[in-house]
Amino acid sequence: MKFNLKVWRQKSANVPGKLVDYPIGNITADMSFLEMVDVLNDDLIRKGEDPIAFDHDCREGICGMCSMYIDGRAHGPHHAATTCQLYMRTFKDGQTIYVEPFRAKAFPVIKDLAVDRSAFDRIISAGGFISVNTGQAQDANNLPVEKANAEKAMDAAACIGCGACVAACPNSAAMLFVSAKISQLALLPQGEPERKLRALRMVDQMDEEGFGNCTNIGACEAECPKEIKLTNIARMNREYLSASIVDE
Amino acid sequence: MAELNSKIPEGPLTEKWANYKEHAKLVNPANKRKLEVIVVGTGLAGASAAATLAELGYKVKAFCFQDSPRRAHSIAAQGGINAAKNYKNDGDSVFRLFYDTIKGGDFRSREGNVYRLADVSRNIIDQCVAQGVPFAREYGGLLDNRSFGGAQVSRTFYARGQTGQQLLLGAYQALERQVGLGNVTMYSRHEMLDVVTIDGKARGIIARNLITGELEKYFGHAVLLCTGGYGNVFYLSTNAMGSNVTAAWKAYKKGAYFANPCYTQIHPTCIPVTGDYQSKLTLMSESLRNDGRVWVPKSAEDSKAIREGRKKAEDIKDEDRDYYLERKYPSFGNLCPRDIASRAAKEVCDEGRGIVPSGFGVFLDFADAIKRLGIDTVKARYGELFPMYQNITNEDPLKTPMKIYPAVHYTMGGVWVDYELMTTVPGLYCLGEANFSDHGANRLGASALMQGLADGYFVIPYTIGNYLSPEIFTKPIPLDHPAFVEAENTVRERSERLMNIKGKRTVDDFHKHLGKIMWEYCGMARSAEGLTKAKKLIQDLRKEFWADVKIPGSLKEFNPEFDKAARVADFIELGELMVTDALNRNESCGGHFRVEYQDQGEAKRDDANYAYAAAWEFKGVDTEPVLHKEELKFENVELQVRSYK
Repeated sequence: MKFNLKVWRQKSANVPGKLVDYPIGNITADMSFLEMVDVLNDDLIRKGEDPIAFDHDCREGICGMCSMYIDGRAHGPHHAATTCQLYMRTFKDGQTIYVEPFRAKAFPVIKDLAVDRSAFDRIISAGGFISVNTGQAQDANNLPVEKANAEKAMDAAACIGCGACVAACPNSAAMLFVSAKISQLALLPQGEPERKLRALRMVDQMDEEGFGNCTNIGACEAECPKEIKLTNIARMNREYLSASIVDE
Repeated sequence: MAELNSKIPEGPLTEKWANYKEHAKLVNPANKRKLEVIVVGTGLAGASAAATLAELGYKVKAFCFQDSPRRAHSIAAQGGINAAKNYKNDGDSVFRLFYDTIKGGDFRSREGNVYRLADVSRNIIDQCVAQGVPFAREYGGLLDNRSFGGAQVSRTFYARGQTGQQLLLGAYQALERQVGLGNVTMYSRHEMLDVVTIDGKARGIIARNLITGELEKYFGHAVLLCTGGYGNVFYLSTNAMGSNVTAAWKAYKKGAYFANPCYTQIHPTCIPVTGDYQSKLTLMSESLRNDGRVWVPKSAEDSKAIREGRKKAEDIKDEDRDYYLERKYPSFGNLCPRDIASRAAKEVCDEGRGIVPSGFGVFLDFADAIKRLGIDTVKARYGELFPMYQNITNEDPLKTPMKIYPAVHYTMGGVWVDYELMTTVPGLYCLGEANFSDHGANRLGASALMQGLADGYFVIPYTIGNYLSPEIFTKPIPLDHPAFVEAENTVRERSERLMNIKGKRTVDDFHKHLGKIMWEYCGMARSAEGLTKAKKLIQDLRKEFWADVKIPGSLKEFNPEFDKAARVADFIELGELMVTDALNRNESCGGHFRVEYQDQGEAKRDDANYAYAAAWEFKGVDTEPVLHKEELKFENVELQVRSYK
C-alpha cells in the first residue's frame, strides 16, 4: 500500500510547527500505524534526516502512551482502539493521512507528536486514590461489593490515561478522564470515606491545569479507546455538587 | 570481592520471615525523614516500594523513562495474580503455593524466598482491595478466582483481562498520593545511566533527562532498581518497546552480580510473527488455556493444506486433530506450565504440523467451551482479549480458532540479590522481575504480579531498615563529590562516543540482528555448538555496532534514537553473558532447554552438578566474567523429576 502522509513537525514547545509531506510506499495491510511510522523513520534516518518523535511503549493498547491525532480523530478512525492498535487495513490505498499531536493547552508539545500529559498525574495526585497505607488492610473478603457495582467500577477503571478525550474535545476538557477515576472509587465501599474530598480536589486540580469544561458534546466518549461512558461525567457532576453543598 | 551470602534466616521454613522481621533493625520516624531512597522504575515493584517507603517516612525520589509512572509495563499483564487465600475451599495453602512455585521453577529457586512470597501473597490481595482495585467478584459480592498453569487449585485473582493494569494503577495511585504529600519526588522521562558508588556503597545515580538530554545527578542513602526484565534482548518479545536492561546492566558493571541470565520464559500463547517490519509480539493471556484447547492436525498433509489456505480449521474432523497437550500431559492438559507448553508447540511445528504460513503456529480453540458454556459466558470471561485478537489478526476467535505461537515474555534471571533483596553492592537493591530470586528456571502464570508487589509492599519496607539503621549518621553527599563527577563524565564520554560513530546501520538494524541470533541459538532449544557459534556472532556484532551505528540528532535534545542506541549497546553485552551462562549450564531445566540433555523430549536436570544459582561477576567487556555459585539447599521439598503427566 502507498500513502501520502502529512505529519506535524515541531522542533520544541517554543517554536512554531508545520505539516510536512511524506509519501510512503511498501506498506502492508497487517502493519500497525506505529509500525508504518517506524518504516518511515527508518528511511528518514538512513537519509540523514530527523526522525519523527512520537510517544509509544506497550504497543498492545494498554499503557496509554501513544497519542496521535490522525485525520482529525484522536487515535485515528478505528473505533475503540489506540493508535498502536490501528492497522493499515483501515485505510484506503493511496490515501492522504494527516498526523498531528494531541492538542490542548494543558498538553504542551515536547517535539513533533510527543506531548506533555503530566497534568493527568497531578490530578490523580490531588485526590485520585484511597488513603490506605500498606499493611492496614483487613481481609479482602470482609468487604463484599455488589457485583453490578464492581463491574461498573471496573468499566470506569479501564481508562488508560491517554488523553484522547482531551484531544477530541473542542473545549479540551479532561472530564471523562477525571470522572472515570471519581466514578470507580465512588462506586466502591472502600472509596466512601474520602468520596467528597476526592471529587472536590480532583476537579479543582483539573481546573487549575487549564482544561476546559464539558458542554455535552460527547466527542470524548466517541473517541475513547476504552469506551469510557459519558455517564461517568454525570456521576462526577453529582459527586462534585453534593460535595460542594455539604462542604459549605 | 563480594561474598555470596544469601542471608537466609535461621529456623524452620514457616518461621524464617517472622523471625527476620522480629530481629531486623528499625529506624525511628524522626530519622526516616533524614534518609533518602532512590527508586528506579515505577512498575508494580517500583511503585509499591516508592509508595510504601514514603508512607513510612523516608524521602523518596522515583524515576521512570515513560511520560508517567502509570505506564510501566506491569500494566500489560492480563491474566491475574496468585494468592494462597483458599477462598475456593479447594485445598490451597501457603505451603501448596510455595511448593507449586518451587516445582514450577524446576527446583532452581531458594526455598526461603519462595515461602516468604507465598506467605505474603495473602496480604497483597487485602492491600489491593483496600486501595479500590476492582477485582472480579461473584454474585455474593466476594472475590472470584480462576485457574492458571502449573496449579491444580483456583488461586488466581483477576480484573477481567487487565489485572496488571488495575494492580499498577492501585500502586500508582498510592505513589501519586505520596507525591501530593511531598514525600516522593517523581522524575518521569528520566533514564538511569549509571549507579554512583562511594566507599563501596551505592549512593546515587546519574540519569538522563529524556526531554532536554541533560545528565543529572541524584543522591540517595540507598538505591532500588525496579527496572523489569530484559526480554527485549530478543528484539521481538511481548515486552514494551522501551523495556530494557540498562539500569540492571550498569549495576552489573558496578559490581552487582548478574544471576542465571539464561533463564528466559517463552510464553506459549502469543500471536505469531507475520513480517519483518513487526515491532513486537502480542501476548494472549494464559488464562485462555482454562477454556481453550490447543491442537494441530494429526497429519502434516492437513497442516500443509491449512497453511496454503486449501483447508480451514473447521474442515479437520475431531478424530484428525491432535490435542497434543491433553495427550502428552493428561493430568494438567492445556494448563501445563509455560515452558512445557512452549516446547510442545515447537515440537509439533518442527514436525511440519504448524498451521500458519510461516509454519510456526498452532490452534487455540474455544469451540468446545462455547458449546459447554455459551458464547456470552466465554465472552464475559475473557473481556477484551477476543476483540484485541480480532483487531490485530482480522479473525474472530469466537468463530474460528485463534492461531498462537510461543514468544519471549519474561526473564527469570536478573541481578543477584540476597534474602533482603540487596545486591552484592551494599545499599543497592533489586526488586521485581529485574532480580533473579523467586522463579527459578521457569515462572508460573500469575506469579510475576505477586512477586513485584510482594517485593515492594511487604519485603523491602522491612529489609531496608536493617541497612539504613546505621546510615542515619550519613549526611546527604554533595553532588560535586568526585564519585558523582566521575560517574557523570563516564556516562557523557560513552554517550559522545556513540554519537560520534556516525556509521551506516540503524539502531533497529543491530537490534533485529541481535534478536535473530538470540532466538536462533539461545531461544527455546539450545546446544553447546549453537551457543559457541552465537558467542562469536555477538562479539562480532558488538564490534560492528561500535564502529557502524548511525544515530541522528544530538545529545542535547529529545532524542529517542539515542536512548534506543544506548539500550541496544547494553543488550548486546547482555546477550553474550546469556550465551555464556547457557553454555555453562550443562543440563535442561525450566526455560533453559539444552538439546543434549533430554529424556524423551522432556528436560533432564542435573541436580548433582547444577543445583546452584550462577552469579556472574563483571570483569570487563572483553574479559570473561567470573562465575560464583550459590548452592541451593532443599530442606523442605524433595527434588523430583518435574512431571505434569
